[in-house]
Amino acid sequence: MKNMGEMLLTRTEFSEIVMGNTALVRGMVEAGTKVVTSYPGSPTPEIATAIQSIPQAERPFYFEFSTNEKVAAEVAFGASLNGHLATVFFKSVGLNVAADSFVQFSLLHCIGGLVIVLGDDPGANSSQNEQDNRHYAQMSYTPILEPANPTEVYTYYREAAALSQAMAKPIILRMTTHVCHAKERVAFAGWTPPERVDNTPRFDPANGPYIPLVAKVFPMKREALEGLKRVEQWVDERSLHRLIDNRSERGLITSGMVYLSVEDVLTGVAAKPDILKLAMPYPMPARAIADFLATHREVKILEELDDTLEKEIKALAFDRGLTTTILGKGDLEDWVGEYTPDKVRDILHRTWPDVVSPRIAVAPETLVPVSMRPAQMCPGCGHRSAFHAIKQALPEGGTITVADIGCHTLGFQEPYRMGEVLLCMGASTGVGSGLTLLNDSRPVVAFLGDSTFFHAGIPGIVNALFNQHNLTLVLMENGTTAMTGHQDHAASGRNVNGPVEAIPIRRVLEGLGVQHIFETDTYRQKELAELMRQALALKTFSVVIARHPCMLLFTRNQRKKSGYKARFVQIDQEKCARIHACVSDFACPSFSRAADGSVTVNRELCIGDGSCMQTCPTGAIIR
Amino acid sequence: MQPFNIYLCGVGGQGIGLLCEILLRAADYAGHAAKAVDTHGLAQRGGIVISHIRLGETVHTPLIPERAADLVVGLERHEALRGAQVMLRDGGTLVYYDTVLQPLGVRLGTDAETSIADLEGACGRRNITVHRVMQPDLVDPRMQNIAVLACIHRQGLVPGLATDHFLRAMDDLLAGPMLTANAQLFQEAG
Repeated sequence: MKNMGEMLLTRTEFSEIVMGNTALVRGMVEAGTKVVTSYPGSPTPEIATAIQSIPQAERPFYFEFSTNEKVAAEVAFGASLNGHLATVFFKSVGLNVAADSFVQFSLLHCIGGLVIVLGDDPGANSSQNEQDNRHYAQMSYTPILEPANPTEVYTYYREAAALSQAMAKPIILRMTTHVCHAKERVAFAGWTPPERVDNTPRFDPANGPYIPLVAKVFPMKREALEGLKRVEQWVDERSLHRLIDNRSERGLITSGMVYLSVEDVLTGVAAKPDILKLAMPYPMPARAIADFLATHREVKILEELDDTLEKEIKALAFDRGLTTTILGKGDLEDWVGEYTPDKVRDILHRTWPDVVSPRIAVAPETLVPVSMRPAQMCPGCGHRSAFHAIKQALPEGGTITVADIGCHTLGFQEPYRMGEVLLCMGASTGVGSGLTLLNDSRPVVAFLGDSTFFHAGIPGIVNALFNQHNLTLVLMENGTTAMTGHQDHAASGRNVNGPVEAIPIRRVLEGLGVQHIFETDTYRQKELAELMRQALALKTFSVVIARHPCMLLFTRNQRKKSGYKARFVQIDQEKCARIHACVSDFACPSFSRAADGSVTVNRELCIGDGSCMQTCPTGAIIR
Repeated sequence: MQPFNIYLCGVGGQGIGLLCEILLRAADYAGHAAKAVDTHGLAQRGGIVISHIRLGETVHTPLIPERAADLVVGLERHEALRGAQVMLRDGGTLVYYDTVLQPLGVRLGTDAETSIADLEGACGRRNITVHRVMQPDLVDPRMQNIAVLACIHRQGLVPGLATDHFLRAMDDLLAGPMLTANAQLFQEAG
């Protein structure tokens, strides 16, 4: 695959090694998707990478990164009302942001079709929780398809699109982290671009009602509930659920990637249980499950995260008077973490010790201890300079610091300990405001990134002004959405499709009426510390814009230029007094500490930015 | 054939993703049924980066169980030992690039740095074959991954993979001077 964009638009049948996120985009192309929206969040950004590999002029659909997940969902919904097949994708917790709009979708006629692609994160690999978004499916009466691997991502997306178009209702495609990132060879069908594209806006109130108010809500809700029965039938007729018949009295019900763990654990096992792999866990396929229960003596439900299926299956068995023994979750650990092959082995061994052997135990005391390696801010990161400087400006022991989502979240770690409480995107100003109430003794400092400022940060700032909260907000401005792979945001001066007018954050703050705005480059550590002192002395709401471009992105771009010459700092060992401010307080990963206490610069990591030089009391860091 | 499991580990920025993709595609060209998965997210900020590759017709999930890897590929000394201890089977093979990127605790002076002796001792006790790669003359440390790839090839550490499979995989993924430099290193090093 020399060129991903060309591959995704291949006309003839072909197969290629792709990750789940890439397979999804081929599904979008084949299904005739017309509008795609997103807000970046792991594990989904590579979907956008695949989309962007197709030059805009050749892209068979419109794509945008919206301001946040709620807006992204609304844009996709709006496009669907005009008759366009639309798709929105974002990470697990993105659905919380989108929820206010999302829960309405199934009440309304999405005439073009609407697929909501979720990147759920069992194992909390890159999220602040491992929430099980199947609950949202139940709450909003939205059917949910769960692919297990890249091949199913591709086929299930096409099923979801077709089903959504046929029903004029939203469908969720729920991927999980290791489904998004799994790679395998996938066989794709051919694709013929439509000869004529009809973009006539088909919005018509007669397709509605589109105003879910008062008595109108009830018929809409009835229709959504009735629709679920038709969906169940559709999935049955399309034979999407899979029954693996091992001629056993024991059965196992599962879905998604857990199924792959099950098959691996059962490889080589003599008395395998039968397996029912559900393509769509909600609405629960009552016929398929009742048949499975009726034909097995004992059925284990193997369900990652929460027990939504288990409760429904037990209720079904109760209602139908089925006497099959149903084995659900055991201890609390069954609710926690990803169902990897190891975890599935543990659970199945506990369930059926005669069938599945335990995993090989490793005695921890036999292992040589290896220092943990938490994620770090990159060498040269402007956030490091900001935390280092701000820490010096805070009164000893008396301050409360509030984190937000972004690379700067990492400031909570040693040695900075900046940002001691974290909720979600844009929450820091609100949380900080609450921490100021009835509190005259401990100043409050909140941190917020620039992409997050636009995403969900503004309401908290408006509230702080409106209700006169006394806190200092530090805007960590690096000009990009760095954590998820450097997507542009509203202040970047370009969007995913080209240059646009930047929305300057400072002018937004001024327009809101923020009276006290301080601003400097974070590499000017002394000045930043002084501005922080001034801001904290004000006893009213203030904003410190601590800006420095993302140095990972900057260095990457510099390296592409001809004549690029790598730069480094070094330690003047004559001058070094082993005070260790560089390695212990500033703590750039480029510094190494030898067992004898001497410090050196690791040239594999140093980018020569020199932001560390000012931190050495003896001036031993030199170019 | 029995499944063959390769666990790759290193530090964000070392090129684990490319190394995984080259091995995966080389295995595919060699006719193996191949699956893989990378970890992304927070890991890319100087944290641990991990990829799993699994070869064989009977493999379903790309995730390797603990102590079931036949080959662990480490791009850094601490990660090599960590990967070998958690993921490598007794009697398996470890190939690693012997560079040290000190973890936070070592830099802060609270943890000890992993030494070559630590690594070789732990592997020796479990009958693990260790291949140490170290090429001080590399023009760019970001090519350490290819130096390790060359060792994997020369030592025949993945069944069925021939020179041509590796080169075709590299040709799929790289272009221009990047391809030339990496292919040259691949063929010269080892």
